Amino acid sequence: MLVSLKWLSQYVDIDGLEPEELAEKITRSGIEVEAVNHLSKGLKKLQVGQIKEAVPHPDSDHLNICQVDFGEEELSQIVCGAPNVEVGQKIVAVRPNGYVGGKKIKKGKLRGTVSMGMICSLQELGVDSKVVPKAYADGIYVVSDDVPVGSDAIEVLGLDDVVLELGLTPNRADALSMLGVAYEVAAILERDIKLPETAHPTTNEKASDFIKVAVEATDVNPMYTAKVVKNVKIAESPLWLQQRLMMSGIRPLNNVVDITNYILLEYGQPLHAFDYDKLATGEIVVRLAKEGEKITTLDEKERTLKASNLVITNGKDPVAVAGVMGGYDSEVTAETTTVVIESAYFDGLSVRYTSKDLGLRSEASARYEKGIDPNRVMPAAERAAQLMAELAGGDVLEGIVTVDELDKEPARVVVSPDFINNRLGMKISLNEMVTILQRLRFDVEPANGLLIIDAPTRRQDIKIEEDIVEEIARLYGYDEIPKTFPVGPVTPGRLTRNQQIRRTIRRQLQDAGLYQALTYSLTSDELAQKYALKTAPTTRLLMPMSEEHSTLRQSLLPHLIESVVYNVSRQADAATLYEIGSVFLGQTEEGLPLEEEHVALAMTGKWIDNAWQGEHKTVDFYVLKGIVESLFNTLSISERISYVAGKVDGLHPGRTADILLDGERIGFVGQLHPQEQKDLGLKDTFVAEINLAQVFAAEVESLQYVAVPRFPSISRDIALVVDRLTTASSLEEVITAAGGKLLKDVRVFDVYEGEHMEEGKKSIAFSLTYFDPERTLTDEDVTAVHGQVVAALQENGAVLR
Amino acid sequence: MQEQLAQLKAEVLEKIAASETLKQLNDVRVAYLGKKGPITDLLKGMGKLPQEERPKMGALVNETRAQVQQVLDARKEQLEAAALDAQLASETIDVTLPGRTVKVGNHHPLTRIIEEIEDLFIGMGYEVVEGPEVEKDYYNFEALNLPKGHPARDMQDTFYISEEILMRTHTSPVQARTMEKAEGKPIKIICPGKVFRRDNDDATHSHQFNQIEGLVVGEDIAMSDLKGTLDIFAKKMFGDEREIRLRPSYFPFTEPSVEMDISCFKCGGEGCNVCKGTGWIEILGAGMVHPNVLEMAGYDSKKVTGFAFGMGPERIAMLKYGVDDIRHFYTNDVRFLEQFHRAED
Repeated sequence: MLVSLKWLSQYVDIDGLEPEELAEKITRSGIEVEAVNHLSKGLKKLQVGQIKEAVPHPDSDHLNICQVDFGEEELSQIVCGAPNVEVGQKIVAVRPNGYVGGKKIKKGKLRGTVSMGMICSLQELGVDSKVVPKAYADGIYVVSDDVPVGSDAIEVLGLDDVVLELGLTPNRADALSMLGVAYEVAAILERDIKLPETAHPTTNEKASDFIKVAVEATDVNPMYTAKVVKNVKIAESPLWLQQRLMMSGIRPLNNVVDITNYILLEYGQPLHAFDYDKLATGEIVVRLAKEGEKITTLDEKERTLKASNLVITNGKDPVAVAGVMGGYDSEVTAETTTVVIESAYFDGLSVRYTSKDLGLRSEASARYEKGIDPNRVMPAAERAAQLMAELAGGDVLEGIVTVDELDKEPARVVVSPDFINNRLGMKISLNEMVTILQRLRFDVEPANGLLIIDAPTRRQDIKIEEDIVEEIARLYGYDEIPKTFPVGPVTPGRLTRNQQIRRTIRRQLQDAGLYQALTYSLTSDELAQKYALKTAPTTRLLMPMSEEHSTLRQSLLPHLIESVVYNVSRQADAATLYEIGSVFLGQTEEGLPLEEEHVALAMTGKWIDNAWQGEHKTVDFYVLKGIVESLFNTLSISERISYVAGKVDGLHPGRTADILLDGERIGFVGQLHPQEQKDLGLKDTFVAEINLAQVFAAEVESLQYVAVPRFPSISRDIALVVDRLTTASSLEEVITAAGGKLLKDVRVFDVYEGEHMEEGKKSIAFSLTYFDPERTLTDEDVTAVHGQVVAALQENGAVLR
Repeated sequence: MQEQLAQLKAEVLEKIAASETLKQLNDVRVAYLGKKGPITDLLKGMGKLPQEERPKMGALVNETRAQVQQVLDARKEQLEAAALDAQLASETIDVTLPGRTVKVGNHHPLTRIIEEIEDLFIGMGYEVVEGPEVEKDYYNFEALNLPKGHPARDMQDTFYISEEILMRTHTSPVQARTMEKAEGKPIKIICPGKVFRRDNDDATHSHQFNQIEGLVVGEDIAMSDLKGTLDIFAKKMFGDEREIRLRPSYFPFTEPSVEMDISCFKCGGEGCNVCKGTGWIEILGAGMVHPNVLEMAGYDSKKVTGFAFGMGPERIAMLKYGVDDIRHFYTNDVRFLEQFHRAED
């Protein structure tokens, strides 16, 4: 909502306050003033002049050399490029050394001809081109003939005004009108309010003899009123009216339409003017549209209606979409002589849905959606008739034709001062409360320690006690509320187990050299299931903004890999990232997808880089696997974790391991498929994804101290020759089984294949540690067990080296 | 014999002094003081002396021997110290060369902000509660006093999945779920999470961003409690000198509703580019829980009241660290991420 202060001062006295001061007061008490626009900012030395002579510039196909009379002894020569320049016009010009748009205009030469200033368009004077009247849209602005030459144009154009830009929240629909803002300002400043006059002369003819009104859907249109004005002369509106519309963001059209828009701004009541003759039937019937029925709206677009859309008809065809936009066929034009003014109350939801169906929003629909004041329907119609008589020379017919089933009673709220004080944590006296409510023009009556309040109907947002609490608080001042703390039982605040584990994982991965990344939950259809740990239906948006963010992800990796690519393509010599986030799988009973928390890791490039020591290493499979292993170790589930060769689409088939927890697959670790790497422009890149939901679910025994060994342990090494594809873990299983309880630790310390090895074989060496917590082991003890281990390995096809 | 002893002493002392290494010194020791050395030989030759001279001579030999040993020990210590010095000198390294770096990553800046806020409220007895990113229309809107067709639904452009399912537009549905589950009991929670709006991504808009909301429900919770809580939050998060102010606002799920500004942490309230010259920075929205919201969750709104507040970690991070483009938080440029490694702001 744009509020001209000059206009506002017609209803409430705002003298003695700087615009910024007023804006601050309004903001602090309820409605945010987003901007204070001084319209004359950047304008200086603007005068009205008359063009006495205009001759085409000899060296230009569009410039005119004008001689302009500013009421001075001599005419001023100004070169002007506008197409609509004509002798006799009164125009606005910036004089030499004046300013327009903050730019200084000096005496200068255009194509060799002296120009003393510049003739201005409205756009150049700061008016938004969207609201400039069509006649002046492509040229200079022409002032009406009665303005004397030499006048200060800033005053003439009303640019010596300040416009407040209000950021209205949906509850404050009352402030979508000048009167509403005036009530608010009057309450803030504790000043009086002056309402506009609506009285006007009428003819002897009765409106009801000209027009019949019927409403078939009073549930969504409980009140409809029509007034008839004859003999209107369609013309340009007076300048002041055009100015007010333009300042409020509405383009002036003609006097009748401008008046309806003016009332919309003044009262917040949307009006519509029909050309009576074009209605043709002398009848208005409001009904629901027929499915598929068509209407061409004022914007000259044909629209197809749904059966739930409310329309105004002439008894046969739709002539307007109720509360949204009028019809093109019954539009007021230069030829119109008789006007029907519609002032009605349409249900907000109905207008909202219709406006959505048609994809059409208007100043009218915006107000209906949020709720208008039922008690302004009638006065707004009268006020419009008055202005049409005054400004368009119309004869207003007697009476108003109405259908009226609208409840216009104010909402009653009964509240105790204690309730208000308890909610605020304050001690405001009853008298102070009453005063504040009276400033707001609420009817208030204290009775039996209670406040009985009738809120004015313009304040549709006041319904319950809490609404009164807010009204009192905002005018009493939030600065006055003391600072206290909730009193009540002491509650221990702490993270849940899962939240703690998540933080542990973050810190561990970061300490291991990975940066935490954040990527989007929404991805493309194509990537949604890539690398997914489980097969499940995907979830897609109804109306995505782009295909790229249309479907919920089932793996964190695609976006994380994109981030790796982003870094690598910007010369990063390494990218080591992880993310913790949700994936979205299928559908649960609740109808929502199952959200599972995962952690994903992606690493490429330099890992160890100690240049002067000559130590270099890039990330490989075992770097990433080591990080994953130590993570499980910290989470104390490493002994329940196993790794088996696995296959994941998009990963290297020989370099991927499934991660099992208690034998169940919870994730994988592997290298991107070489083809994938090539396509993405990556060198060897390693990734892992783990389902944290399963990690969280793994119960872990509580931490118990185990005695520090008192007896020494004994180590023995074994070197074996086995088939190349025999896994270390399978040999380890054999060793562990044969080693029994004395075997404390098994560790691979060497793997070799190649020269001096038989084709298809490899050598692998283990270091075994034996230990007995009860006694010092003897060589004989160890030799016995170790013998069993060796025998078991040989039985399984391993050859001692 | 006495003469012989004196000569021997002079000879050995000279040799000790001439020893340059521990080995040479040891050779001298073995040669003169060893079992086959001349001093031992002298002692052995005492039998030839007259009886009465023997004790005197024995004492003299032992005395000489002790004196020699003493000189020898001293020289040994000297040589050892010199040897150590030489060893240390040869072991000297260039201590200014760079060390072996330990590769360490760090928190995402938003996690940094979120954890800081979580910890602050945990300290005040709040629990951290999370909820699903995909929500029912009911919890996202209806249970929060936003029935279908409510004009305020326009404040949050929504990604719908079906008529009843959507991407949550705020973390408030977590509050609605928590209240419903609490069955009338008091609540003190903080709810961080990702939220989604139908927006085109640009420098100031992101279709995905984060929110943190707080909710306290109980008997006699007043607006002054909200103000006190927010004041502590502002001071702990942005500095002890911060002042707060509340401005009236509107949210469908709170009544009264306010926005909280803090005095500018850059200029202290004088006016600068961070606070756009106003001295104040808008940080969060808050209010008293709307009775309809309490009733829908099964509370008796006549007896139980509550307050709620919500803020955007992106906005806080952008203000605090001067980040100029919200998309930085989601591109994961390591050159951006690694700047947030410091322990302290």
